[in-house]
Amino acid sequence: MIEFVLNGRGRRVRVPPMKRLLDVLREDCSLPGTKEGCGEGECGACSVLLDGRTVCSCLVPVVQVRGARVVTVEGLDRGGRPSALQRAFIDLGAAQCGICTPGMLVTAAELLRHARGRVPSEEEVREALAGNLCRCTGYQKIVDAVRAAARGASRDGAAGTSGARAPGRSRAGTARAKRSRTARTKRSRRRG
Amino acid sequence: MRSALSTLEVVRPRSLDHALEALGRSVSGERLVPLAGGTDLFVYLNAGTPPGTRYLDLWGLRELRGIRVRDGGVRLGALTTFREIREHPVLGRRFPSLVAAAAEVGAWQIQNRATLAGNIANASPAGDSLPVLMAHDAKVDVRSARGAREVAFERLYRGYRELTVDADELITAVTLPFPPARSFPFFRKVGTRRAQSISKVVFSGLLALDRERRIAHVRLAYGSVAPVTLRARRAERALRGEPLAASVAARARAALAEDIAPIDDIRSSRDYRLAVAGNLLEQFLRAAAESRARR
Amino acid sequence: MARRARLPRASRTVLRPPASVGRSVPRLEGLDKVTGRALYVDDLRVPGVLHGRTVRSTIARGRIKRVRLDPAFDWSGVVVADHRDIPGENLVALIEDDQPLLAAEEIHHAEEPILLLAHEDPERVEAATRAVRIEYEPLEPVLTIEDSLARKAPLYRDDNVFKNILIERGDVERGLAGSDLVIEGEYRCGHQEQLYIENNGMIAERTPDGGLLVRGSLQCPYYVHKALVRAFALPPDKVRIVQTVTGGGFGGKEEYPSMIGGHAALLAWKSGRPVKIVYDRLEDIAATTKRHPAAIKLRTGVRRDGTLVANAIDIVMDGGAYVTLSPVVLSRGAIHAAGPYRCPNVSIRARAVATNTPPNGAFRGFGAPQTQFAVECHMDRIAAALGLDPLELRRRNAYRLGDVTPTGQVLRESVGALEALETAARRARWAERRARHERENRDNEARERPAGLGGAAAGRRRGETSRNGAGPRANGRRLRRGIGLALAYHGAGFTGSGEVKLGSIAALDLSHDGRPRILSASTEIGQGTTTMFAQLVAETLGVPADFVAVETPDTGLVPDSGPTVASRTCMVVGGLLEKCARAMRERLELFAERPIRDARDFQRIARRFLAERGPLRFERGYEKPPEIEWDDDRYRGDAYGVFSYGCCVVEVEVDLDTGETRVLRTIATADIGKAIHPILAAGQIEGGTVQGLGYGLLEEVRWKDGRVWNHQLTNYIIPTSMDASPIEVVIVELPYSRGPFGAKGVGELPMDAPAPAIVAAIAHATGARIDEIPVTPERLLEGLRDGARRDGSRSSPGSRRGGKRS
Ligand SMILES: Cc1cc2nc3c(=O)[nH]c(=O)nc-3n(C[C@H](O)[C@H](O)[C@H](O)COP(=O)(O)OP(=O)(O)OC[C@H]3O[C@@H](n4cnc5c(N)ncnc54)[C@H](O)[C@@H]3O)c2cc1C
Ligand code: FES
Ligand code: FES
Repeated sequence: MIEFVLNGRGRRVRVPPMKRLLDVLREDCSLPGTKEGCGEGECGACSVLLDGRTVCSCLVPVVQVRGARVVTVEGLDRGGRPSALQRAFIDLGAAQCGICTPGMLVTAAELLRHARGRVPSEEEVREALAGNLCRCTGYQKIVDAVRAAARGASRDGAAGTSGARAPGRSRAGTARAKRSRTARTKRSRRRG
Repeated sequence: MRSALSTLEVVRPRSLDHALEALGRSVSGERLVPLAGGTDLFVYLNAGTPPGTRYLDLWGLRELRGIRVRDGGVRLGALTTFREIREHPVLGRRFPSLVAAAAEVGAWQIQNRATLAGNIANASPAGDSLPVLMAHDAKVDVRSARGAREVAFERLYRGYRELTVDADELITAVTLPFPPARSFPFFRKVGTRRAQSISKVVFSGLLALDRERRIAHVRLAYGSVAPVTLRARRAERALRGEPLAASVAARARAALAEDIAPIDDIRSSRDYRLAVAGNLLEQFLRAAAESRARR
Repeated sequence: MARRARLPRASRTVLRPPASVGRSVPRLEGLDKVTGRALYVDDLRVPGVLHGRTVRSTIARGRIKRVRLDPAFDWSGVVVADHRDIPGENLVALIEDDQPLLAAEEIHHAEEPILLLAHEDPERVEAATRAVRIEYEPLEPVLTIEDSLARKAPLYRDDNVFKNILIERGDVERGLAGSDLVIEGEYRCGHQEQLYIENNGMIAERTPDGGLLVRGSLQCPYYVHKALVRAFALPPDKVRIVQTVTGGGFGGKEEYPSMIGGHAALLAWKSGRPVKIVYDRLEDIAATTKRHPAAIKLRTGVRRDGTLVANAIDIVMDGGAYVTLSPVVLSRGAIHAAGPYRCPNVSIRARAVATNTPPNGAFRGFGAPQTQFAVECHMDRIAAALGLDPLELRRRNAYRLGDVTPTGQVLRESVGALEALETAARRARWAERRARHERENRDNEARERPAGLGGAAAGRRRGETSRNGAGPRANGRRLRRGIGLALAYHGAGFTGSGEVKLGSIAALDLSHDGRPRILSASTEIGQGTTTMFAQLVAETLGVPADFVAVETPDTGLVPDSGPTVASRTCMVVGGLLEKCARAMRERLELFAERPIRDARDFQRIARRFLAERGPLRFERGYEKPPEIEWDDDRYRGDAYGVFSYGCCVVEVEVDLDTGETRVLRTIATADIGKAIHPILAAGQIEGGTVQGLGYGLLEEVRWKDGRVWNHQLTNYIIPTSMDASPIEVVIVELPYSRGPFGAKGVGELPMDAPAPAIVAAIAHATGARIDEIPVTPERLLEGLRDGARRDGSRSSPGSRRGGKRS
């Protein structure tokens, strides 16, 4: 019998000790939100927080989570409502097919917790998410969403303005081209 | 092709002594395989190539944790993760190449679990921390129920994926002496991409000049260019006692070709590795020269 | 000058608050995806399910002598199926009927499925696969394009050619003879794996009425339907295919689901139990389709001022072991092979050949990324030979309104080539960045040369150059920067008469609670189909997008709106839905005898209609616009209704010591007619751009004896968030009169330009022009060592050869 804390609640499972945490979550705890993309530790789709740190649950034997705190994508909301991070992912188009999204959110959650209110730079976000492969988005909207969530400005910064990088109609293209990326980012922060 | 995980057994020792005892006993029967962060072992298991059916879970052993700064250097417990290395302030100042290597192991998910001893014991020639440990004259603490010993890192590998550590022994810690005064450390990983990558060539150098601006101390350590991580001793010899000059670099580079024996494999080619190993040596020497010029 | 973007007048009149089209409304399935509630095929719980596995051939060519089940293994409870269990025809029906569902005797490629196993315990079935012994009589395989053309072994008909295409316009030989300069080049690109993060997976079960229900990860439900009807000899209404939430496709789930779906169904058929087959990553990479490798030769005649006079193009693609989709991939590749440039004399000869490698198939772009990589690299070579700025060369030749393509298609409207090009150049500050990189590279080179080990001079200019992160001389590195661009175009919809043959149908009806409900087989695979369809319908009906229901693609419920491929979803199917919506609106307003005011009003009227008149449903089928003509035999006419245009500019930094290339900045412009949902459209462009970046720089399938060697995610390298650079997207909108609200295709276009843009940027940075992608560090270092920097000089008359790496 292995006991651990899953998304804030005590949980006991009777499973073989070397069973992967990934399979225990999906099969024994009925939480299929955590995905398997490779089983090699490469894709990060299986990421969960283990004592606050993001790990690949396809590489963790359940025996090693005895007494630990595990958080999955199902545990990231705020009392049933989507968190600022989840909201930003929806609003800024950071989830396309969505298969990488649970893992992305988990890693981003660790990043945001470490940042403690500071807005991590684009480069920092990219570094943090390097273990979460996404084949759909090209990462830009994910990076934008994580930073927007850090700014706590996701709701206003998003749907309404369609993001900082929305389509420049070509008429506006010239004027916009003069402003640098960072300038545009700042603009949307002020709005937020 | 996955292994049958449900058939695998795990021993969870209460203490290091208990672990060593269990390991010692297992040598005669079915061997216990030490399990640390599992980032190598579970790749084998998921690929259907399990190294054994019985595992010794080290994860809970407090004796194997912690980074301690002492007079002459630092001592890193076997279970020290790369994330802990990255975040340690003293390591950042005194062993920047170790921290640089740690930052390039996999990505966050891996760094949060992958241990230093696991990297050493997995004995991949592409292990990223290994050249750094070699360049810094690291010593490895090894223990068994029979007793403890210290192995110089450069004598740790016998051949491809083969250690001089016995089946009943565990790696318990790694000690790094502080490098000589005013030395210049260097780390460079050339991987398959910018993150989450395996090395095609990985290099770590350490160099100190004397008052005459001659190279007094030098270590050149390479991974992925031979069956084991190695020191390029011929190239080191070509540098020792010489000034940081282009002609000296060229001589060292020529000597390097004798030191290493790269191969074609799934990640790169022999030719590429030969060329890059030489180029990185020059890059290191240029960087050292630049850093002196800036002072 | 090209026309400015503007909203199509017609659509303005329908606009009423809350307008949907053109706004980034929240994605309909967004919440499920960020909370983990979206259920993908592997997440479905099916009571009594068996886990299926596939036993595959380990040789590339030969004969099966014997299949033996190890008697030492306990086979109880293991379901075993082979080709003899197939109730109908042993084939995967697609274009030709040459691919078996399970190999009976002959083996044509490695990983060819031979035997299927299933058991309720996944560990047991895994063990069982290892207890199958197959004896072969191996034959020498044909593994390369060259060996296939040389007919090393007879694989297909008498010449090993699956398909031959010839496109001719004008007189190429005369054109070449009359040009000031003829430039030759040969370009190669290898396989590319789609690498959706969700592997292929299907669940099949027998239905009580004697039919089959198959659910899974797929792009084209009716493809699977067609294949299963034949393999199981069932009437069409007894086969039901349902799409589950799908974790990416990119073409990789276009035709392959018919295979895995057929396998799961066969095991279910035999056992009477539901069967699930979900590949692991190793199997998915090793066995499923990839982008076709290609070898492309160009011989191009130009005038001294850069005007294109003649272009002779020869294309060979490796189709793999079976025909599958190769003819259509080749066709699209051939049609786009001359790039978006006017040229009076063109000949394009294209062949797809057979080899003993797993069949190649659909992948975003469908042949066009290969051929446009070649022509764009070639344009840069021409620019260099003429001493022209690559931007200027393209500016002079890019398509304008009224130009004629190699198939003789007159570009009548919505030609955004120049607009895309100029917008990108402006946004990138092309000339300024180009000059600056050249200056800095010269400074760096000068500094490195005499000083030997650098030293004192290293600090100069540091302040200036290190602004974007690491300076070009960081920590001993010898870095060079460069900028490159590429222009591309992409036809939307099926090629030529394809749409007519497809005859897609989409429908709109009223759900019982009085909401409009979309019925189509077009799948949501991450690109936003669901939301975009809802927007189109909502806009026309004057209701908000989230008021519109979208039915799951389920062949039991929805009409065949064709496959979700070829950038046709928005333009073609979206167009049909817009028509349905218009008809529905008219009908309801007629019924109510007044205009519909808003969603509540709509629902009130709809409910009354349902009560008084019964169900309401509108179906619209594809109708060929009268001005479009295509001749399939001669390959002449309007290949596509319209083209989208896109330009990509990248800046790179190359480490001369390692050949590593880092992309610093990417700009992508796209003329897609109209962005129905700007965020989704930008997301498509960004995602495609990074796949293109991977194609150009990182992604290489390595082979060993006909089997994929690097079938692990750790060795097949796709870009991480650190490999991808920040991307700036600018959408250009030159509306297409026959697209819904002016929209053209968006999905594939962004795949075309990034790879050649990267090659160009690397050439600008280092002088090394690499003609084969991916430009791995190994290739680049070799190119640098060979002194591959020969083409910066001014042109001389006569023929110039661009050798493999010159
Ligand atoms: C996605 C991914 C990316 C990776 N990237 C990198 C990378 O960039 N660079 C790199 O170098 N490595 C990389 N690795 C490999 C791996 O993470 C490292 O080698 C890691 O340090 C292994 O440590 P671990 O604690 O996880 O070892 P485990 O998997 O637990 O064990 C590895 C081996 O060491 C033995 N062992 C462990 N601890 C001891 C001990 N105390 N005494 C004796 N034997 C012991 C085990 O028996 C086993 O043989 C990567 C792995 C993955 C999955
Ligand atoms: S499934 Fe665990 S990292 Fe891919
Ligand atoms: S959204 Fe599809 S993989 Fe990331």
